[in-house]
Amino acid sequence: MSFINYASREINCKIVYYGPGLCGKTTNLQFVYQKTAPDAKGKMISLATETERTLFFDFLPLALGEIRGFKTRFHLYTVPGQVFYDASRKLILKGVDGVVFVADSQEERMDANIESLENLRINLEEQGYDLDKIPYVVQYNKRDLPNVVSVEELRRELNPTDVPEFEACASTGEGVFETLKAVAKLILVDLKKGK
Amino acid sequence: MSNPQMVMYDEEFKQINAVIEKLLREANSKVIFLVDKNGQLISGVGDIEQFDTTSLASLTAGNIAATGGMAKLIGEKEFSILFHEGEKDNLHISIVGGRVILVVLFDNRSSLGLVRLRVKKASDELTTIFNRLLEKAEEKEKSGETDFPFAEITDDDIDNLFS
Repeated sequence: MSFINYASREINCKIVYYGPGLCGKTTNLQFVYQKTAPDAKGKMISLATETERTLFFDFLPLALGEIRGFKTRFHLYTVPGQVFYDASRKLILKGVDGVVFVADSQEERMDANIESLENLRINLEEQGYDLDKIPYVVQYNKRDLPNVVSVEELRRELNPTDVPEFEACASTGEGVFETLKAVAKLILVDLKKGK
Repeated sequence: MSNPQMVMYDEEFKQINAVIEKLLREANSKVIFLVDKNGQLISGVGDIEQFDTTSLASLTAGNIAATGGMAKLIGEKEFSILFHEGEKDNLHISIVGGRVILVVLFDNRSSLGLVRLRVKKASDELTTIFNRLLEKAEEKEKSGETDFPFAEITDDDIDNLFS
């Protein structure tokens, strides 16, 4: 849950990037990190293996600016996508305010997408959250590759509830900020309702 | 939701800082900070400018979460104290009141025994404050009191953040 500090007039929210292994979660964060002004970001932390696979999580703190005199900060996390890191994934979802599901658009990764989305739903439920009720957006990543599935099919399989969705190419940055803005906006709208 | 929203008010913030400042002196430590279990920094005292407290907070929470997961696997509720020993600096990490993490950074001017002793006393005081904070937040919610700053924000306010 978000943390509201009246004393230092700050509000902190947690966004988690979820998705199958190698779908581009870390690449999303890296792009955000590269393109953010130095005074608006903290250090990006990556707990990764020697082959640069995420082992525990990546972390990037962002300060977006002020709303009504409150500093608004977002803490971006990724989960390790590989199937056998499920215990770690559950931990990172604790206290989440919004989720980005990053799907790999390549045809051969369709099953992995579906499995990961199912896993997200289950792990959220274990923490007492309902994917249909929390701020949530979907990103169809790797649209630049030749063997991609059509957006219609991705939508049918991965976004039946019609949440905001974005086509992206995280390595060039296309769609990365659009995705982040959308989930951040949903979180703030949720806060506005006083949830 | 699984855990209620964490809210911090001026009054309690001052009390909390008074407790950890006292602990900083009495335990002869360098830095003390408080983190909530989700990785948000609540407060810090001492030589904090020297350290990246935001990253430390997030990693501390990850650490506590990971060891908590290990504890459950062996049938323990949690490991309430973690100690990391370095060549010069050490970290004493403990869970306060079941929901907040207290991190004490100290070097050879102090000792593990002293830190443990002082942390124990400070933890009791902090638990009382955090319980009161929780009650206060619940009361405010019940009475429908909305000093919540976000209740009146407009779509424009939100859009402006991204402009």
